Amino acid sequence: MTKIAETVNRFPAGGQKVLQTVVRYLLMILLACIMFGVILVIAGKDPIASYKDILSSTLGSAYGFSEVIVSMIPMLLTALAVALPFKVGLINIGGEGQLYIGAAFATFGALTFPNLPAWVLLPLMVILGMLGGALWAFIPGYLKSIGLVNETITSLLLNSVAPKIVGFLILGFWHSPRDTVRTPNFVDAARLSTFFGTRVHLGLVIGLILLIVFWLVMKYTRWGLEMGAIGSNPQAARRNGIPLAKYLVVIMCLGGAIAGLAGMVQVSGFYGTLFPNFSMGLGFMGFMICWLAGGDPLGIVLMAFVVSVIYSGGNLLQLTRGLPYAVINILLAFTLFIVLGRPNFFKGKKS
Amino acid sequence: MPVQPAAQPNPGPFVSLRGITKSFPGVLANAAIDLNLYASEIHALLGENGAGKSTLMKILYGFYRADSGQILLNGKPISIRSPRDARSIRIGMVFQDFSLIPALSVAENIALFLPHLPFVLNHKEINRRILDFSKRYDLQVNPGALVSQLSIGEQQKVEILKLLLADARLLILDEPTRVLAPHEAEALFKILNGLRKDGYTIVLITHKMKDVLECADRITVLRGGHLAGTLLRSDASEDKLVALMFEKKLTPLNVKPRSVQLEAGVPLLELRAAETRAAGLETSLKAIDLKVHAGEIVGVAGVSGNGQKELGDLALGMIKCARGRKFLFGRDYTHRSIQQVRRNGVGYIPENPLTMAIAPFMTVLQNMALTRTWKYSRVGGLRMDWKEVKADAEYTMQALEFSFPLYVPARSLSGGNLQRMVIVREMTQEPRLIIASYLTRGLDVQSTIAARQALIQARENGAGVLLISEDLEELFTLCDRLIVLFGGEVAGSFKPEDTNIYEVGHLMTGSEGQHDKNR
Repeated sequence: MTKIAETVNRFPAGGQKVLQTVVRYLLMILLACIMFGVILVIAGKDPIASYKDILSSTLGSAYGFSEVIVSMIPMLLTALAVALPFKVGLINIGGEGQLYIGAAFATFGALTFPNLPAWVLLPLMVILGMLGGALWAFIPGYLKSIGLVNETITSLLLNSVAPKIVGFLILGFWHSPRDTVRTPNFVDAARLSTFFGTRVHLGLVIGLILLIVFWLVMKYTRWGLEMGAIGSNPQAARRNGIPLAKYLVVIMCLGGAIAGLAGMVQVSGFYGTLFPNFSMGLGFMGFMICWLAGGDPLGIVLMAFVVSVIYSGGNLLQLTRGLPYAVINILLAFTLFIVLGRPNFFKGKKS
Repeated sequence: MPVQPAAQPNPGPFVSLRGITKSFPGVLANAAIDLNLYASEIHALLGENGAGKSTLMKILYGFYRADSGQILLNGKPISIRSPRDARSIRIGMVFQDFSLIPALSVAENIALFLPHLPFVLNHKEINRRILDFSKRYDLQVNPGALVSQLSIGEQQKVEILKLLLADARLLILDEPTRVLAPHEAEALFKILNGLRKDGYTIVLITHKMKDVLECADRITVLRGGHLAGTLLRSDASEDKLVALMFEKKLTPLNVKPRSVQLEAGVPLLELRAAETRAAGLETSLKAIDLKVHAGEIVGVAGVSGNGQKELGDLALGMIKCARGRKFLFGRDYTHRSIQQVRRNGVGYIPENPLTMAIAPFMTVLQNMALTRTWKYSRVGGLRMDWKEVKADAEYTMQALEFSFPLYVPARSLSGGNLQRMVIVREMTQEPRLIIASYLTRGLDVQSTIAARQALIQARENGAGVLLISEDLEELFTLCDRLIVLFGGEVAGSFKPEDTNIYEVGHLMTGSEGQHDKNR
């Protein structure tokens, strides 16, 4: 018999691991900021003052901070819409399209039943939004499950179809009598409630709760275990009696449902109306955030926050420093590169 | 302990390992191991699965770094940080799973490996060197052939040529005979002999006694990560080596005569004129009629690639019946899902545990639960009962006398331990029907006996077994009935006592009878 000297297998304790993750991401972002600082210097701007502007405008005031949170809300959901399918090895780049269809379905609810009370109408819109996103994700999910087409390609291509459909619906049927490029404003019962007089709305709570549920499901439940097995080795999972095709379709649809929910949250909580191109890349942003965070729920919250800060701050740089808005993409790109490079600042500390 | 080999031009060893220690989470793979390797010798590294043979050699090849200890080259300490470093001091290694690119030709594969590859390839020069070496050492391959068209034995030759052209003086071969047919193995030993005569050092990692006694000059035995001893070939005997490899004596396989009446009752598995349609490189099964009854072991003999994998997958439900029907436990299962098949008590031990049975990034314990998540889930699936998973697994491990760590990622287990893990998992559910492909592949002597004993035990308990194997000795010892697969068809069906290895061997290769298939 093989004699194995078994040493106790030490995983870092939970709290310590979380702290390490947070510190690690903060260090990576600091690195990205230093590199962007060099660009600012080359452009003849004062990097310190620019960062001061960004930080004071976003984190320095209650209003700025609330605006950061507002822009972060849909990103939490679209990132989760990528993270969940990724657990079973599906690459869902279709968040953008699913978000549009979800928003359209929710808008349909808001426009068709304006007389329902909020406690009926809002859940209805949530369900409709999720249904829309799920339907849009069902197409790539089903085609993948029968082994026909790669979901990455189909979900990506469907992204350019969805906004056209939404545009058609708005311009053709739903536009308000006074304004042809958007729907009438939603009735109050169709608006998610906001907090403390800011624009932060209930979507934040929905997003955070879903992220926690996602984490719990993956860690503790039978479905999390089976999804992990599929993500790790789909062939083996199938041979072990895990219904692979069912999981692929259901999980892809769930991912789409979450992206659809992001669309609903955005039109109901933020705009209160639907108009073409309202998303401006939220789905893609979610994809990026998910990959930056490695699919980790806490990482998604952190990265969504950072990306929001950068975007909100970018607006201001344009005003105060005379920089083109596009420079903020450079900072975002640095962040992307560094995080994807995954430098490990804790190498020395590993046991 | 180190002994000078007889024909020894240099006084000192070519490479020495001193006090090499390496541990992985949960396992001490190497404990202060000393090893001397001389020029012109074939040095066998013998030991059970997980004894630390591969780890030790991967340290020498720069694939892992030792926790402590040093490596001396011609008496001077050196540091090997990467395979690149190892190659620069002329050490080369052939891994168990080859590292060739199937879509490229032999010459291209070899050229890719060469140091100082010029910007524009000189194909003529490379071909000339390949032919030089292949002539000198009997390593005939066609440099222009695509690797995907080569047999396993030929691919191995290419791997060796690769090292020779890259000027390696020390060749490490990790279980080279694992994938070879007996005559191919003999040819390999001849090649190695030729290399030794020209001053090459060859390290042969193996757990097969036969390999060692056939070609090694010196033999180092590892046991549980520790050095058990180094012997000269002339001093070694099978008994001595076994004593070094195992701490306790082997219990021989105990094959009791079958106690359950054959052909009694409804068969557990029945295929009626079942056919499959091949996808890609698979073999189509044609009109397979097969019955497995409770309390019997039915063997499936055949050269790999004649439909064995497909037969196992068909029984499991991984591939569909294109024609014909499949019955399990007397009920029509032709269109049932794998989940239903599994749930009704079918255990499946596939030919390749890593790709077909386990989730490599999950822990061993999590993998143990995968086939029966429905049984271990609590509160409707919100929670998993890991205590019970562990208790079940440990119970079976104890019964089989297997041991492996439970809390490490499955991919960190050695090949043999992976196989043990799958056997334990499948036996834990006390299956009514067991489909086992290449049950003992990668297992050492002792585990082989334990795994076979487990099958016999299952049969005693009334389970049926479909045993797919290339090892005729195994089939003849264990099986109550035997079928031979050739080109996706049943080429013969016997009771072992009514036939012999030669008849089955001929049927397997299609060299007898009316089997004029294009294989």
